[in-house]
Amino acid sequence: MAVLEVRDLSKQFGGIHAVEGVSFDVNEGEILGIIGPNGSGKSTLFNCILGQLHPTSGEVRLDGRAVTGMRPCDLNRLGVSRTFQLLQVFPELTVRENLILAAQEHKGSMLTRLFGARDVGLTGDAGRMIEFFRLAHVAEAKAGALSYGQQKLLDAAMAFMAGPRLVLLDEPAGGVNLTMLANLRDRLAAINREEGATFVVIEHNMEFVMALCSRIVVLAEGRIIAQGDPADVRRDPKVIEAYLGH
Amino acid sequence: MADFIQLLVAGLATGGIYALVAIGFTLLWQTSQTINFAQGEFVMLPAFFMLGAMSVLGLPFWGAVVVGILVAALVLGVLFKRLVVDPMLHHGVLPLAIATMALSLFLKEAVKDFYSAEAQPFPPLAADVNVSFLGAAVSLQSLIVVAIAIGAVVALQLFLNNTQTGRRMQATAQNPTVARILGIPVERMILLAFVINAVLAALASALVTPIYLAKFSNGEYLGIAAFIAAIVGGFNQVRGAILGGLLLGVVDNFAAAYLSAQYRAAIPLVLLIVVILFRPQGLLGRVEERTV
Amino acid sequence: MSRARILLGSATGLIIVAGLIAAPFGLKPYGIYILTLWAVTAIAAIGLNLTLGYAGQISLAQGAFVGIGAYAAALLTTHGWPLGAAYVVAALACFAIGWLLGYPALRVQHHYLAFVTLAFSTLIYLVLRNEEWITGGIYGISNIPRPSLFGYLLRSPRDFYYFCLANLALVSLAAWWLIRSPWGRAFVALRENPVRALSLGVDTRRYTLMAFALGAALGGISGVLYAPLVQYIDPTPFSLLLSLNLLLMVIVGGSGYFFGPFVGAVVAVLLPEWLQSADRLYDALGPLSDVMRFVLPPDALKYVAKHYLVAYAIFVMVLLVFRPSGIIGFFQRRFTRRKPDTPPAAPVTQAKVA
Repeated sequence: MAVLEVRDLSKQFGGIHAVEGVSFDVNEGEILGIIGPNGSGKSTLFNCILGQLHPTSGEVRLDGRAVTGMRPCDLNRLGVSRTFQLLQVFPELTVRENLILAAQEHKGSMLTRLFGARDVGLTGDAGRMIEFFRLAHVAEAKAGALSYGQQKLLDAAMAFMAGPRLVLLDEPAGGVNLTMLANLRDRLAAINREEGATFVVIEHNMEFVMALCSRIVVLAEGRIIAQGDPADVRRDPKVIEAYLGH
Repeated sequence: MADFIQLLVAGLATGGIYALVAIGFTLLWQTSQTINFAQGEFVMLPAFFMLGAMSVLGLPFWGAVVVGILVAALVLGVLFKRLVVDPMLHHGVLPLAIATMALSLFLKEAVKDFYSAEAQPFPPLAADVNVSFLGAAVSLQSLIVVAIAIGAVVALQLFLNNTQTGRRMQATAQNPTVARILGIPVERMILLAFVINAVLAALASALVTPIYLAKFSNGEYLGIAAFIAAIVGGFNQVRGAILGGLLLGVVDNFAAAYLSAQYRAAIPLVLLIVVILFRPQGLLGRVEERTV
Repeated sequence: MSRARILLGSATGLIIVAGLIAAPFGLKPYGIYILTLWAVTAIAAIGLNLTLGYAGQISLAQGAFVGIGAYAAALLTTHGWPLGAAYVVAALACFAIGWLLGYPALRVQHHYLAFVTLAFSTLIYLVLRNEEWITGGIYGISNIPRPSLFGYLLRSPRDFYYFCLANLALVSLAAWWLIRSPWGRAFVALRENPVRALSLGVDTRRYTLMAFALGAALGGISGVLYAPLVQYIDPTPFSLLLSLNLLLMVIVGGSGYFFGPFVGAVVAVLLPEWLQSADRLYDALGPLSDVMRFVLPPDALKYVAKHYLVAYAIFVMVLLVFRPSGIIGFFQRRFTRRKPDTPPAAPVTQAKVA
C-alpha cells in the first residue's frame, strides 16, 4: 500500500526545468533512497512534495488524498516530517526544548499551548528521544553549543519527535564523521524496524544508501532515469553514465 | 493642459531628485547588503557642508557645491563605510539597518544641536523666472533640476556600462563571490559604491535645498521617498530606482494638486504598501525564488 | 543555573522592586513623573520585545500603537467613560490592527517589513494630525482626567505612579508567562529559523500575526496610561521618532532578553534626567561625592544630557558594533561565558525576497 504517491510532478524556475514529470510511490514501511548527481533536482523534488515550493504541475497524494501545495505545517501535522540538507536546529533553545518544540504543535490547541503545561506533556517523549539518539549528556545545553555531529543527530531526532509515519531525510549523512554515521544509520534502521516509519532518503553517500534503502530512485536532470533494487540500480548503465557524465 | 505640464515638470524635477537618492540606496544594497536608514540625512547634511564652505571659506556658490560634494564623499562615503558599515557587516542585515537608524538620529540631532534648529536660507540654482515650455510657464529652477538629474544619471550609466571600473562594479553588485574569484578588487568596488552614493546624495542636496531651505529635518521625508522609489521601481535595479523616483515625484505633485494636500504624504506610503504586498520585487525587479 | 546565581538574582530583583516602591517618597513631583513615564515606556518596549526580540519581526510601528492607545484613552475618558473601558477598547483595537499589520510580514521580511511598518506609522501620524473632527488635530486633546480605582481618584502623582507600576508588574508577569509557554518557544523558533519551524508543524503564519498583535496590544496599553499621565496629548510625541526610539530601546537593553526593555527604558528615559541632576545625586553619596565629581564632572554630564539624543545615538552605534546583544546580553555573557557574542535577532535562514 502506497503511503505517498507522486504523480507527474514538475517544477520550473524561469525557463529551467528543475524537476520534470517525476512519478513514484513510497510504500508503507519501506526506506526509499533518492540519488542523483548534483543539481539533478532532488532537493527541489523534496521541497515540492512538502509544500515548501509550489510545483508547476503534477500531484502529490498522501494515503490517497491530494495534498499538493498544502502548507508544510499542515502536512507535518498529518504525520509527514523532514530534515534539511543544511543543519536546521534552533541554536538558542536547549536540546530538550528543540525536541519539545518539534512536537508541541501536534498537541492541544493554541489556547492550551498558552495556558497549559509548559512542556505540553512532552518531557517524557523528549527524554526517550534524547536517550535513543544518545544525547543525554548535552540535553540541557543550547543546541548552538553542540558539535556538528551532535547537531545532526538532534536534527534527525526532531524529525521523529512527533511520531511521524513518513519521514523525508535530505542528505542525513552529509558532513558526519564515520562513527557518528554508523550511529545515525543504526538509529534510522531501528526506527524503521520498530516503529514501522516509512522513509525517503536523499543521499550522496552510496554506502549509506545501499546499506539502508530497500529501493532506489535515480534522478538526473530533473527526470527519473532508473528505479528498483539497490544492486540493480548500481549496475544500470544509464545510472553509471549520469554519474560519470557524457 | 498648461497646469498639467507645469505639474508634470515640477513632478519630474522632484522625481529626479528622488531618483538620485534612490539610485545610491540600491547601489549600497546591491554591493554590500546595506540598508541605509540615514539616506535622507545624507541629503540633508551636504547642504550644511556647502553653507559652511560659503561662510567659512568664503567660496562662491558653485565652488561651495563642489567642496560640499567632496566633503560628503569623504564623510558620508568613506567614513560611513569604514566606521559604521564595516564593523557591522558580519552581524547581519538587520543589526546594520538598526545602526543606520541610530546614525540617522545622530546626524539629525547633531545638526539641530550644534548648527541650528531653524531653517537656513540657501542660494537658489537660478533666478526665480518662468520659461515657456510647450505653452506652459515652467520655472527655470525645475528645468535646471531635471537637466542636472538627467545628466547625473546618464553619466552614471555611461560609467557603469562603458568603463572597466564600472563593469567591475556591476559584477561586484551581481555576485561578490564570483567577482572576487575573477580577481576584481571587490573591497575597492564596494567603497566606490559608497562614494558614488554620497556624491549623488550631495548632488541631490544641492538641488533640493534651494526649495526647502537647509533644515535638520529635511531628510525625514526625503529618506522615506528614496526608500519608496527604490522599492517601487525594484530594489535590485538602478533603472528601477530611476523609474520609481520619477513616478513618485509625479504622483506626489499631482496628488498635492488634485487630491488632498493634507494627505499628500500619505499617497506614496499607500503606494509603497501596495507594491510591497502585491509586487515585492518592484515594477522592474526580478523575482528571486525563496531559498529553502 | 547555580543556587548562587538564583540568590543573587532574587536579591537584586527584590532591591529594585523595593526601590521602585519607595522611590516616590524621596522624589519631587517631576521625579515621580519621570519614573511613571519610565514604567509606561517600559510597557511599550516589552510589547516590541515580544514582536522583535522573541519573534524576530521588525516593527517601526510601536509608537503608532502607543498613539492609538493614548487617543482612545483621551477620547473616551474626556467623554465620561472610565479608563478601564479605554483600556479594553485600546488593547482590543491595537490587537486587531497589529494582527492586520502582521500580514505584510507573511510576505516580506527584514527591511521590507521595516518599511511597511514605517509607512503604517507615518500614516497613523497623518490621521492623528489631519482628522481634526475626532483627534483635535494639532490642537490635541486636553483635560484628560486621571482615573479612579474602586471609587478612589488617583489624582496625586504618587497614586498614579503606583497605578502605572502595578500595570507594569501585571504586564511583566503576563509577558513572563507567555515567553515561558510553548508560544514563547514557537516565537523563538520563528525568529531563528522560520522554514524549519514550519516543517515541524509550527503554524508560522498564526504565530507571526500573534507576535504583532500582542506587541501592538501592549503598545496600546502603554498609550492608555500615557494619556492620563500627561493629561494633554497632540500628535507630536507619536511620530516615527517614538517608534524608532522604542526600537533602539529594545536593542540597547537587549533584544530577546526578558529584562532588556526595562533597561532600555532606563537608558532612554531615566538616564538623561540622572545626568542632568548629577550634582544633586552626588550630594547623596557623602564622602564619595568629591571623587565622583572629579571622575565624572557634573558639568560634563549636564552637557551630555543637553545633547542627549546625539550621545544616545553614538552609544547605540558603538553598542551595536561591539555588543549587538545589548546591555543585558553583555552582562549575561559576562556571568556565564558561553560563546561569542551574536545578535539574537538574526535568523539563520533568510527568505530572499528581492
